Amino acid sequence: MTALDSKIPPGPMPEKWQNWLDAHSLVGPRNRAGKNVIVIGTGLAGSSCAASLGAQGFKVKSFCFQDSPRRAHSIAAQGGINAAKDYANEGDSIRRLFADTMKGGDFRSREANVWRLAQLSQNIIDQAVAQGVPFNREYSGALATRSFGGVLVQRTFYTRGQTGQQLLLGAYSALEHQVAAGNVEVFNRHEMQDVVIVDGEARGVIVRNLVTGELERHAADAVVLASGGYTNVYYLSTNAMGSNVTATWRAHKRGAYFANPCYTQIHPTCIPQSGEYQSKLTLMSESLRNDGRIWVPRKAGDDRPPAEIPEAERYYYLEERYPAFGNLAPRDIASRAAKVVCDEGLGVGGTGRGVFLDFRDAIQDQGKDAIERKYGNLFEMYHRITGDDPYETPMMIYPAPHYAMGGLWVDYELQTTIPGLFAIGEANFSDHGANRLGASALMQCLADGYFVAPHTVTNHLAKKHDEVAVTDSAFDQVEGDVREHIQKLIDVGGSTSAQAFHREMGHVMLDKCGMSRTAEGLDEALTEVRRIKADFYSDLRVDPGDEEFNQSLEYANRVSDFFELGELMIHDARRREESCGGHFREEHQTDDGEALRDDDHYAKVTAWEYEGDNPVPHDEDLNFEEVKLATRSYK
Amino acid sequence: MLEYWRSTVGKKQFVAVTGAILVGYLILHMLGNLNSAFGPGADEARVDWYAHWLRTFGEPLLPRETILWVVRVVLLGALIVHITGIAQLVKRNREARPANFPAKRIGRSVESMAMLGTGILLLAFIIFHILQFTTLSIHVTPVEEGAVYANLYWVFQKWYFLAIYLAALVLVGMHLRHGIWSLFQTLGLDNPSRNQKLRHGATALVVILVIGFGSVPVLFFTDVLDPPREVALATILSGVFT
Amino acid sequence: MNFTLEIWRQFDGSDEEDKGRFETFKVTDIDPDASILEMLDQLNERLSREKKRNIAFDSDCREGICGTCALVIDGTPHGPQQVTSCQTYMRDFIDGQTITIEPFRASTFPVVRDLAVDRGALDRVIQAGGYISTTTGPQPDPNAMPVAPEVQEKAMDAAICIGCGACVAACPNGAAMLFTGAKVTHLNVLPQGQPERESRVVGMVEQMDAEGFGGCTNYGECSRVCPQEISIDVIGMLNREYRKAKTKRKPKTEKAMSTQ
Repeated sequence: MTALDSKIPPGPMPEKWQNWLDAHSLVGPRNRAGKNVIVIGTGLAGSSCAASLGAQGFKVKSFCFQDSPRRAHSIAAQGGINAAKDYANEGDSIRRLFADTMKGGDFRSREANVWRLAQLSQNIIDQAVAQGVPFNREYSGALATRSFGGVLVQRTFYTRGQTGQQLLLGAYSALEHQVAAGNVEVFNRHEMQDVVIVDGEARGVIVRNLVTGELERHAADAVVLASGGYTNVYYLSTNAMGSNVTATWRAHKRGAYFANPCYTQIHPTCIPQSGEYQSKLTLMSESLRNDGRIWVPRKAGDDRPPAEIPEAERYYYLEERYPAFGNLAPRDIASRAAKVVCDEGLGVGGTGRGVFLDFRDAIQDQGKDAIERKYGNLFEMYHRITGDDPYETPMMIYPAPHYAMGGLWVDYELQTTIPGLFAIGEANFSDHGANRLGASALMQCLADGYFVAPHTVTNHLAKKHDEVAVTDSAFDQVEGDVREHIQKLIDVGGSTSAQAFHREMGHVMLDKCGMSRTAEGLDEALTEVRRIKADFYSDLRVDPGDEEFNQSLEYANRVSDFFELGELMIHDARRREESCGGHFREEHQTDDGEALRDDDHYAKVTAWEYEGDNPVPHDEDLNFEEVKLATRSYK
Repeated sequence: MLEYWRSTVGKKQFVAVTGAILVGYLILHMLGNLNSAFGPGADEARVDWYAHWLRTFGEPLLPRETILWVVRVVLLGALIVHITGIAQLVKRNREARPANFPAKRIGRSVESMAMLGTGILLLAFIIFHILQFTTLSIHVTPVEEGAVYANLYWVFQKWYFLAIYLAALVLVGMHLRHGIWSLFQTLGLDNPSRNQKLRHGATALVVILVIGFGSVPVLFFTDVLDPPREVALATILSGVFT
Repeated sequence: MNFTLEIWRQFDGSDEEDKGRFETFKVTDIDPDASILEMLDQLNERLSREKKRNIAFDSDCREGICGTCALVIDGTPHGPQQVTSCQTYMRDFIDGQTITIEPFRASTFPVVRDLAVDRGALDRVIQAGGYISTTTGPQPDPNAMPVAPEVQEKAMDAAICIGCGACVAACPNGAAMLFTGAKVTHLNVLPQGQPERESRVVGMVEQMDAEGFGGCTNYGECSRVCPQEISIDVIGMLNREYRKAKTKRKPKTEKAMSTQ
């Protein structure tokens, strides 16, 4: 097996991307219409990439499983998007955004990628504004910014509490513009089933038309996966019901390495679970931590109404433990701290798994109007879901699986280990290391989609490619495999829905491969996941009929991949004998319970090669030139 | 222009503009009617003089009844556009909903739902009204060319004509209460800060129109207004029995 | 809580044979804090155990922002609370009551199966002008084009549309005026949207007609079911923009160009 080549361009860090751009191969305008690109997914990364490639003149086919490209789950991002613009005159810079992101990721990301991300962050805001994204403005008419978890500057741009929605609608409108221009064709209610490889390069996909059930073949000169993250492996997460790992997982099974699958982010500010029936968890924007104070009663079992608990008996645990950052400590730290206090029995709410997020002081200081202006819609949403009014009583929050830092391994060009197969946005592993900072996901998705992939894909398209017809035997073979798998699911003929198995597995994953992990627990988890998987293949029930609209089949098909991914996550978490970011191994912690990294052995990316039950790890060493490895301290 | 008319939004704007023309005419018509309230007068009823003036306005520069006919043509044109537009829109709108699944009523006003019904009844009424007072073709009561006051007087001695006209006014009121506000919205002349005022304004105008129009028949019926002068009994009888 | 459900079942909208019908289900022991979609999940799990066909319905984010879920509940799109279907909780209903669940009804939204419909017509309306024709590349500094907060607020009040189509389903005329008006308002009040102001509104209105949406008769039902509470002022704005675009005199140069 060849060593992993990250293809980092030469030159000083600030010049690497420009050096790469200056040297990459181009396709002349006349030849672009003859080059075909497939983009899977229409979230921020997928829409922006398809629209940008379409605008250059390439022929793009864009696929989404939703009924419209506008529904991709990027739409649910609330808080904001980071950019090193320094409009607030705080001395912010590309280097600072870079350094914050590196530190936030617990020094487990690739420097060159992160630097490029910080550089491109500036262009994203300009691009979005030009599309008509209505960012919040100051009285002067200038763009407004606010601060977000894990940083000391105000570099987050926002559109009320619906930043993801507005940015996605901006990218979606650019996509529809290109559809109208005839450069992009959108296939909604189409789900990718597999990637087709011809002569070692990705040359097409098999997709399932979810309305007719038909398997379709599409050939192309390059395939871009922008299919999002995999935290639905935990069943209950902040992801959408349909969010799944199928596209990236099937690509992994065809030879693309999967990097750092154990890095998952558990978001600290979600509405606690209230019942077994629950199908998803709802995130409350992290921006609430700007003004809300997080606390639990000092005394276990204190069931007085929160307003009656005096100041001295309130444990503002983040403020006490992390005085510099306080309630704005990074996500992994805030989440684990909540878990720790709840494990100590201080948790609140019906299940004892909740902490207060209190706006009493903010309302006193700034007035109810000011708070309403900033968070009105979030408060309303909370009120709607829980029936409690946050203006009157503190919110209750608890961490929930939210984001996957891991994903397909990609080089600097965002190309996977399969030539011609690219992965962008949350689907790749590249920029966030072991933990993602707030408001950085939108930034990375759009940087990849608007400004990186269109060039790196072009670079690939510039190579000469022989025509591949969908009648090629490679398509026959892959379609056959897909058909066989679908038939297998239908043929089980049991009596339990896929959702029930999913819930059972999710529980194991969250418990043993979630916010904190132990070698013993991971070993148990592996056994349990395998058992549930075996049950799945012996008692699954899906509605009959593969050639029709069949949602139970769609669901089972996705869950079948989550089982396999779950196993790989466990392998990865087991192998990484350190704690970093979202990966916390109880064996590796400081005396006061903070994560303990092992830079000597694990300052590297683990990229897994698919080998059935015995995946093969490959390491990419991480080199640090611009940041100094340090214990991540937010105290 | 044809393209404008073809689009749903455009067609509705034609309906709105023609509706506005008809409303404008109604206001003038009401003011004209109020001339009747001056009674039979010493030698000529004021309303008769007004009717005569309408016919001779512009003479000798213009031939007799020119203005009257211009107004009539404009009104007829507006009415045709108004009705054609609505007919076509109604067809479109019905096709846009699947058959057998009417939308549940979620707070829409009675007036807005009844627009088509009130519109059709009003069309019938207008035809009746023209036959009665313009072409003088309904001879239940005595009618005579030029004797507007007398014609009105005798018609509104009958309770059933009074009832028909008052009922028509209710229809007018309903149609316009939604229609007037609606035309501002349809033409995009409203804006959020004015919307409430427009709704109140529409209601106020409707009230004025209904009172203005309704007062004349009521005043005749209740004999507050004197009978026309120099009315020979014979004329009455011949009017009734021929 | 226990409920009797009258649920619309239809195999396939394109199949003339199956015109659809209601099927009755009894559900028991439903948590009041479950959403109506979670109740359907539970019902589907039971149907799986009974080896019966699951009820097809669309949903995705389940937090009220993606616009996928689309149920008509007791005759009202998204149900009694003016929120999305996924945020309609069983505590909003009376224990023991009968709840009727149907798909969004409009000729422009053909039924895919049971409660799932095809809302592609809305995407095509956007394709006809619901964007600013900029492409990826260097853009001017955003602060070089200041936008007053009131203008931004007005744009945002319209831009928050989630494209669920409840307005169409609620409209007795099956009109998409609220949806289209929201996009026209969002883009036409912003300085970036000015160059294409007229072509945008004309294109989108023409596409609405081509799709077969009905016209507006100012009932206001659309706004009353809109989970984002978008005001019918956006329809006034659309009407105004359309009228201005259609009645504006073309400058001579433009006329000359269009006749060439």
